[in-house]
Amino acid sequence: MNRHWIIGLLLLAGAGLSWAIPRYELLNPYLQATLMYLGINIILATSLNLINGYLGEFSVGHAGFMAVGAYVSAILTVMLIPVGAAIWRFPLAILAGGGAAALTGLVVAIPAFRTRGDYLAIVTLAFAMIVKSALENINAIGGPRGLLGIEGLSTMPWIFAWTVLSVWVIRNFVYSNPGRGVLAIREDEVAAELMGVNTRWVKIRAFMIASFFAGVAGGLFTHLLQFISPRIFDITKTTDILVMVYLGGVGSIGGSIMGASLFTVLQECLRPLGVWRMVIMPLLLILLMLFRPRGIMGLRDFPWFRPSVECPQRPPEIHHS
Amino acid sequence: MAYLFQQILNALQLGSIYALIALGYTMVYGIMTMINFAHGDIFMVGAFLCFVAATVLGLPFIPALLLSMTGCALLGVVIERLAYKPLRNAPRVSAVITALGVGLVLEHLTLVFSPYPRHVPALWSSATWHVGGVTLSSLQALIIVLSVLLMVLLDWLVRRTMLGLAIRAISWDRTVAAIMGVPVDAVISLTFAIGAALGGAAGFLYALAYPVIDPYMGVIVGWKAFIAAVVGGIGNVRGAMLGGFILGAVEIMVAAFLPSTYRDLIAFALLFTLLILKPYGLLGQPRPQKV
Repeated sequence: MNRHWIIGLLLLAGAGLSWAIPRYELLNPYLQATLMYLGINIILATSLNLINGYLGEFSVGHAGFMAVGAYVSAILTVMLIPVGAAIWRFPLAILAGGGAAALTGLVVAIPAFRTRGDYLAIVTLAFAMIVKSALENINAIGGPRGLLGIEGLSTMPWIFAWTVLSVWVIRNFVYSNPGRGVLAIREDEVAAELMGVNTRWVKIRAFMIASFFAGVAGGLFTHLLQFISPRIFDITKTTDILVMVYLGGVGSIGGSIMGASLFTVLQECLRPLGVWRMVIMPLLLILLMLFRPRGIMGLRDFPWFRPSVECPQRPPEIHHS
Repeated sequence: MAYLFQQILNALQLGSIYALIALGYTMVYGIMTMINFAHGDIFMVGAFLCFVAATVLGLPFIPALLLSMTGCALLGVVIERLAYKPLRNAPRVSAVITALGVGLVLEHLTLVFSPYPRHVPALWSSATWHVGGVTLSSLQALIIVLSVLLMVLLDWLVRRTMLGLAIRAISWDRTVAAIMGVPVDAVISLTFAIGAALGGAAGFLYALAYPVIDPYMGVIVGWKAFIAAVVGGIGNVRGAMLGGFILGAVEIMVAAFLPSTYRDLIAFALLFTLLILKPYGLLGQPRPQKV
């Protein structure tokens, strides 16, 4: 059987399950919520991997994009889009949240033309802090108290659909022509430029796609938690996403999915340990980095996430100068 | 006018603490091109050591300061040996992620032992002087003088001593420095010790100036100090001091003349624009790109 069929069947089964689980209460609400957070974490990790893994930058502002998407979509469903819009209301709000996040991604992409590495890291960090503190200063959306009264519109089928969509889009982007440009920039920006890669345009696209999905994840997160405040999107949130990406392996979509899953599951399993959980999680991360500095998957990926025409091959060594 | 002078004093106090922390970032970056994200938490440990020294041990001022500094220096060396040294030849980013992990471990270990915010008793019987409407406390003067003293000492160390020469040689080219007989491992450990000791001193002074401390205090102060280091041009010792004082001044002035909730917003927006205009910081230079 062709692997396209297998993937199709798996997706169908997943879609069916995501509908059946809440419908017939196959799992208890706690496990259901964990599964939904898992989907959101997968979106966050894959989209951050596009910047940190494939483009080879070090962005620490992902929670900022997430916050933009979360607030825009929440404001739309709470205040602007009438309830009468029915089925279109939620996807529209999520799309708008993603779109707004993508626009802010542009703001971060432009400094990336001139600078790389640690200086760009600080630009993204400053960006995330600006977003958080701007949100704290707008009283119309609750300021530091946060926004209440958000409906629980994030259901399991929606989260499943968005997770599949984001993985699919990012995977296709990475293996597309501009995606090759992204990899070329990671390996050597000057050489990429010389070989005719339009580095600016490629960076803009990568940043906008990544921030779009961060915004989508933010929107889904908001309508799952039903409450947001600027404090949710602080540095700790970014650190969590970074941990997922580097746990799974940079430059590997399968790795990001694995990292997000491991992170979410471990976090729930270790919950009985209380505060010690928060000591053990980073300790595990340190040990992983010491013994497998490239994460679990390294640069490899599951064959499912590679285009079928590509021969199986050893991953190229990357040289970070 | 007196109000302005008062705010300048406050800015100097906050700026000197930022500058001390920023120095730790910049020294480690200069020698290893690595962002030591655990540094903010070393600062936090310094503050907690101050608390322990003042309450449990009942030490007077100078021994307590020395305890904070040596404790943090030891911690810095241990972290470097256990967590960063094995990663010297790994991709740079794995060391950064490890540093984030070390920071989280430090925070939460402290949280295990001290789940509530602590109040640090006064170690310094503070006198206040009033000069033409400006209030200067002896604590404020002490913080400024002590930090400036440490910075001058560090600047002298880096520019005028054999150790400083070795540090600069390693940051120029580690391999060649090793061939020339510089004991690379020992110098890197010493650099970490110095940076962490400065962080510890900053934590100590911070705990005296703003006496309520908690395990997460190092996160936001640490990131801000890191931004200060980048603004000055990371890897540049004088740049870090400059960046620290600029950040302190911006924060205090915004809080003094605008609603104080705008403090972070405006401080970071200014830094953001500055980095777009001068991507390598005020005193930093781009490393030449080899093709």
